Amino acid sequence: MADTVVSHDIPSVYEPSLFGTYSKKIGMWLFLMSDSLTFGALLYAYSYGRISTAGWPTPFHSTSIVNATIMTAFLLTSSLTMVLAVRASVQKDAKSQTLWLLATMACGAAFVVLHGREWSNLIAEGLTLPMFPAVPGHEASPEFANVAKTVPQFPSTFFTLTGMHMLHVTLGIVYLGVVALRRKFIPILLALWLIAWLATPSYSPFHYGAHVLLVVAVVISIILWLKPKVYDSSDVEVAGLYWHFVDLVWMFIFPLVYLMSARI
Amino acid sequence: MDATQIAIAERVAEEQRHHKKAQFFWVWGALLVITAIEVYLTYQNMQPAKMLAILMGLSLIKAALIIGFFMHLRYEISRMKWITMCSVVACLILMTIFFFPDAHRIITLGVK
Repeated sequence: MADTVVSHDIPSVYEPSLFGTYSKKIGMWLFLMSDSLTFGALLYAYSYGRISTAGWPTPFHSTSIVNATIMTAFLLTSSLTMVLAVRASVQKDAKSQTLWLLATMACGAAFVVLHGREWSNLIAEGLTLPMFPAVPGHEASPEFANVAKTVPQFPSTFFTLTGMHMLHVTLGIVYLGVVALRRKFIPILLALWLIAWLATPSYSPFHYGAHVLLVVAVVISIILWLKPKVYDSSDVEVAGLYWHFVDLVWMFIFPLVYLMSARI
Repeated sequence: MDATQIAIAERVAEEQRHHKKAQFFWVWGALLVITAIEVYLTYQNMQPAKMLAILMGLSLIKAALIIGFFMHLRYEISRMKWITMCSVVACLILMTIFFFPDAHRIITLGVK
């Protein structure tokens, strides 16, 4: 590093940072830049599929659009509560910080639940993937069953794109849970895994998808065991960057996937 | 974190202490209003290409608000702002160059 040192108003002396901030934050920005390319590629693939496929379906009735709009409102509200958590953390108000983080997690969980319900309804009505088991005792609607057969690109791209986003939101909730509650979050996460696993029927993709929570619980247990620490304002800010990014991605998925495919 | 990183993090936190709470509520309100406009436009029977252009324009405004205010990029030094944004935009432009000439060909010639 440079030999020069810069002193500011705070009673510390440090080397100048190339980007004017701490390395953890730069690392998160680099990760988010790479992740934005992942979502960019998925959104481009969806758009390309739509352009190149005749008879692209418009399956989202007003109930789906209302549901997706409420989901969007939850995500936007979660971004507000997240930024208030960051504000509380820099003001060293630990109680408010924890409460705002929990509020953010609650909004994120509401988003995941509503999204899961939307997926379950679509699958039950026949808009499904070959890898998803059929829903017993539920007749597929002719409209959606036809879409799955004639335009398989739609369910493939829809479930990949929104599933990837749902996974990011779920991991974001876990990330915030660890920052807010540290080791206390592990039993909560295991309880959530058990509830998600037992409460979903065996034909639901979420029955197996719930095991993501178990895997994540094992990983964070190892991390917290190897490197226990108290998370400070920089950790909250970095977690916030991730959370806002998840919100940001949805701002493109919502119009491109839902609004452009609304049944009018 | 080592002492250098802690000092930088403290300076960043010190700068953020002055951010007004009301500003975040205004941004949140603006994001909700833009979302409501998007949903309203969906039911206005516009040409798909025109609607796509408007919706993507509104989404870019929402993205700028989130990145600028919620992710605090507005308050970072200009080197950080330019390097992060230019590199992402450059990569997305590259994707566009690869994807859309063929998409344009399909639109022009039809699906075969």
